[in-house]
Amino acid sequence: MTNKVRIASASLAGCFGCHMSLLDIDERLIDLVAQIEFDRTPLTDIKQIGSCDVGLIEGGVCNAENVEVLKAFRRHCNILVAVGACAINGGVPAMRNQYSLAECLEEAYLSGSGIDNPQIPSDPELPLLLNQVHPVHEVVWIDYFLPGCPPSADTIFTFLDELLSGRPIQFAYRQIHYD
Amino acid sequence: MSPSFKIDGVTVPFEAGQSIMEAALAAKIYIPHLCHNPEFHPHGSCRLCCVTTDGRSVAACTTPALDGMEVANETHEITTQRRLLLKLLFVEGNHVCPACEKSGACQLQAVAYHCGMLAPEFVHFYPRRAVDASHPETIIDFNRCILCELCVRASREYDKKGVFSIGGRGIQAHLMINSPSGKLGDSRFSAADKAARVCPVGAILPKHRGYEVPIGKRLYDQESISRVGDVAAHQERDHDE
Amino acid sequence: MVEDKPKQTLQNMLNDRESDPTHLLQTLIEVQQAFRYIPHDAIDRLAESLGLGRAFILGVIEFYSFLHLEPRGEYDILLSDNATDQMQGSRLLAELLSRRLAVPIGGTRGDYRVSLGYTSCTGMGDQGPAALVNGRAVTRLSSERIDRMVSLIEQALPLDQWPSELFAVTAGVKRRDIILNSDYSAGAAIRHALEHGPEALLDLLEQSGLRGCGGAGFSTGKKWRFCAGAEAAEHYVVCNADEGEPGTFKDRYLLQAHADRLFEGMTLCAAVIGARRGFLYLRGEYRYLLEPLHKTLQQRREHNLLGRSILGRQGFDFDIEIHLGAGAYICGEESALIESLEGKRGIPRNRPPFPVIQGYRGMPTVVNNVETLANAAMIAQQGAAWFRSVGTAQSPGTKLLSISGDCERPGIYEFPFGTPIGEILAACQAHHTQAVQIGGAAGRLIPATEFGRTLAFEDLATGGSFMVFNQGRELLKAIDNFSRFFSHESCGFCTPCRVGTSMLVRQLGKVMVGHATTKDLDELATLGTLMRQTSHCGLGQTAANPILDGLEKFPGIFQARLRSTSFEPAFDLDASLQEARALTGRNDPGAHLEGGGV
Ligand SMILES: Cc1cc2nc3c(=O)[nH]c(=O)nc-3n(C[C@H](O)[C@H](O)[C@H](O)COP(=O)(O)O)c2cc1C
Ligand code: SF4
Ligand code: SF4
Ligand code: SF4
Ligand code: FES
Repeated sequence: MTNKVRIASASLAGCFGCHMSLLDIDERLIDLVAQIEFDRTPLTDIKQIGSCDVGLIEGGVCNAENVEVLKAFRRHCNILVAVGACAINGGVPAMRNQYSLAECLEEAYLSGSGIDNPQIPSDPELPLLLNQVHPVHEVVWIDYFLPGCPPSADTIFTFLDELLSGRPIQFAYRQIHYD
Repeated sequence: MSPSFKIDGVTVPFEAGQSIMEAALAAKIYIPHLCHNPEFHPHGSCRLCCVTTDGRSVAACTTPALDGMEVANETHEITTQRRLLLKLLFVEGNHVCPACEKSGACQLQAVAYHCGMLAPEFVHFYPRRAVDASHPETIIDFNRCILCELCVRASREYDKKGVFSIGGRGIQAHLMINSPSGKLGDSRFSAADKAARVCPVGAILPKHRGYEVPIGKRLYDQESISRVGDVAAHQERDHDE
Repeated sequence: MVEDKPKQTLQNMLNDRESDPTHLLQTLIEVQQAFRYIPHDAIDRLAESLGLGRAFILGVIEFYSFLHLEPRGEYDILLSDNATDQMQGSRLLAELLSRRLAVPIGGTRGDYRVSLGYTSCTGMGDQGPAALVNGRAVTRLSSERIDRMVSLIEQALPLDQWPSELFAVTAGVKRRDIILNSDYSAGAAIRHALEHGPEALLDLLEQSGLRGCGGAGFSTGKKWRFCAGAEAAEHYVVCNADEGEPGTFKDRYLLQAHADRLFEGMTLCAAVIGARRGFLYLRGEYRYLLEPLHKTLQQRREHNLLGRSILGRQGFDFDIEIHLGAGAYICGEESALIESLEGKRGIPRNRPPFPVIQGYRGMPTVVNNVETLANAAMIAQQGAAWFRSVGTAQSPGTKLLSISGDCERPGIYEFPFGTPIGEILAACQAHHTQAVQIGGAAGRLIPATEFGRTLAFEDLATGGSFMVFNQGRELLKAIDNFSRFFSHESCGFCTPCRVGTSMLVRQLGKVMVGHATTKDLDELATLGTLMRQTSHCGLGQTAANPILDGLEKFPGIFQARLRSTSFEPAFDLDASLQEARALTGRNDPGAHLEGGGV
């Protein structure tokens, strides 16, 4: 047993930008890594999430698989964090909420331009889409929100650093932004 | 002796007839606000400026200052209240800041930053609202309208055109354009109108201009609105230059 | 069909109007009555003749529930949807109507014969379930009455040929006290004012301690004094007969049975403040009273109690016009009412300035409730001591209550202030009472442990609504009904109420269907408190009362429906895949989501 803090992360309906920002922490990451270890993340090979201290969720909830992953994270993580605009309010993917799912799929697979074999995919391997994209806090309880598209490396670092050291989490003015 | 009152313990002089907001602005004390713009009649609709005095919550922009009154403004309790109001505004519309040209110079964002709002947290309404791109120079994105009625007031009181009105009621309340088709391109609106420069958010935007100021260097990117001031005032200054 | 109506009618209707924008709302109501909607021609013509923007006019139309941009059926049926109507089975009757007439609730039949929908409380709580057909009140609905209505509609018999008993509105006074037991003598109050002068009358009113009966309880004498003291070219007196508070119908009774007292009170006020014009703002639901009220006004003119040189006093000229509302509860708020009188959307104004300083057309204006004005007339006639002979020191006199819900004798009751709730319940023969909602949806929910409290401004104030719920009732349903009422009636001006009322409904809905957790209750309380503290007007400040009182006084009714999980999703997970299942034709296990939270 180590007493390192176990962190998992996932990208739902997001663009991996938030994960990029996490990597952007640069050399400070090395200090961090000494204190943490990664469970399931896009950076590791672990497929099933195990018991974790912190879960970082990027992206909103757009399909059935997102729901399952999110619930698994909630079950296994003590602290679950919504990271970035899409997790927090659906972000750009939620712009499809202006249309019905039928309209979206018809445009994408049936009537849009450059389509040669028009049909709506129905393979059981594919996760079904929800009729709307939702922010993660509408599906599970979220303990903390890190805004930004993506949140800056500095914001993520400050958050992790203060969390690990047990200090109250406080951001400087420049560390909170929604874009 | 001229009359005075206190905001969070700081003495603020005022002239008879001034509102708490007017006196505070003159004394350079920031009271968060969205629907207030000193150039127009006070409105009192966003409720962001609510302060407490005598145990009552009142809108600073519509409440007259009284000699000797004690006003609480930036207390923990009131800031929490303001965050809630901001959250309501965020979930009521569709605010995709990363895709909004106003981001960084948006007063809704700026007040939310000032009040330390991390996320809207409530359940989102995701209303279906249109974008009106019919005007050659100006675009209206109703998804971002917070119903502050500044454009309504500017067009009615200043431009004397009455281009904007409010329709519906309750959560269905919405901004409307006065023209035969209901479209901006068909109205008497011009990009030179005062109404083109008063919107605190990204609902009324000039066309053909994007990323002139890079992200990170925008109005509120580095410094709080409490020091930078209203975006409308900056837009007015840019216009005069 | 609607469109066939000769354009000429519209032309005439509009030509009759002077080009005064304050006539907008009243003209729109007439156009709606004549055409069953507001045709686009009418909007264009009005825009031109009144010098208003089209969007402005559309904004007014969209504000009032009784104005429509799409044609309604020849028979436009609106069922009163108050909690008490529902308790009397109104929802089932609506479904029955819907089936029998083949029209969806909330829709219009293809042949435009009939429209069906719900509307906020129509003020018939003691004789419900009630409805409006083309604006006329129909009471005591039953399946038998519905059958009759259906056949009348299918025969296309014009409304004025329907059997009159369908429209019968009974007075239903069950208890009288000093006010209702005293005889009114025409002109006595006005004569008193003319003989002794305005100052003496103001003193008399102040001595009587009369307080506003619309709910807020402001001293009537003071209000009139402020207005009289405001220098201006014109002064106005307005009677607030909007009576929109769910469960209130005592003003309806006064308008029906004692309009003379009310007009006397308005004239008295005019004498004191120096008004030449007065308005009665009558809620659209009481349109059926328009004719008798006009008749009473005419009689008063004939008796020189209105018009020029009233009772022979040179220079005392005063007359009263009736303005109709059009389905907007907020127009009962005095400054919204004034906006509405000026033909606009009923958005509450900022105060100060108060209406007594700047009201109608910016002039000093007294706005009083029907009962207040009628009482003022009686006080001028009978004296202050007479009024003070009952009631409490802080709440002198009596209060008219509209009692409805679970009791054997619903109706109008006049009780002295200071009467305990338990005594009122005994008088109306309510048994096994679980709770009373006092003061309407905006009022307070009182549990049985508090039935010793009294009717008084210093304890339980009410505009007159008194709704009784017995132990068999699901209180949560009533709370849900009231919350929906507010989200429907919010004017949409200020953030906390515009967004908050809708959020409360959604959040309470989660409780109702058993999908909520304690976190959701916390959120209800947080939102409700925010609305109470920061809303612009009384509507938003009180809209969360039913929920906040429910949480405080009846926590069990919420908790019984909670999930034991700590958090539940905001939406039904599996249902949100339904559209995708339909589009892909899938129904495999992977095409479903287990409900519930983590
Ligand atoms: C949302 C709202 C609705 C109201 N509705 C009514 C009403 O229907 N009738 C009424 O007399 N007063 C109503 N009032 C109170 C009025 O604003 C005002 O206080 C009253 O008409 C004054 O008359 P009074 O002093 O005689 O009571 C309402 C207030 C609010 C905030
Ligand atoms: S208007 Fe402001 S808050 Fe809304 S999306 Fe644009 S930047 Fe964000
Ligand atoms: S468009 Fe802008 S200025 Fe006009 S009401 Fe909306 S937010 Fe206010
Ligand atoms: S509280 Fe409600 S009804 Fe009153 S002004 Fe605000 S939105 Fe309108
Ligand atoms: S700034 Fe005062 S209410 Fe909007």
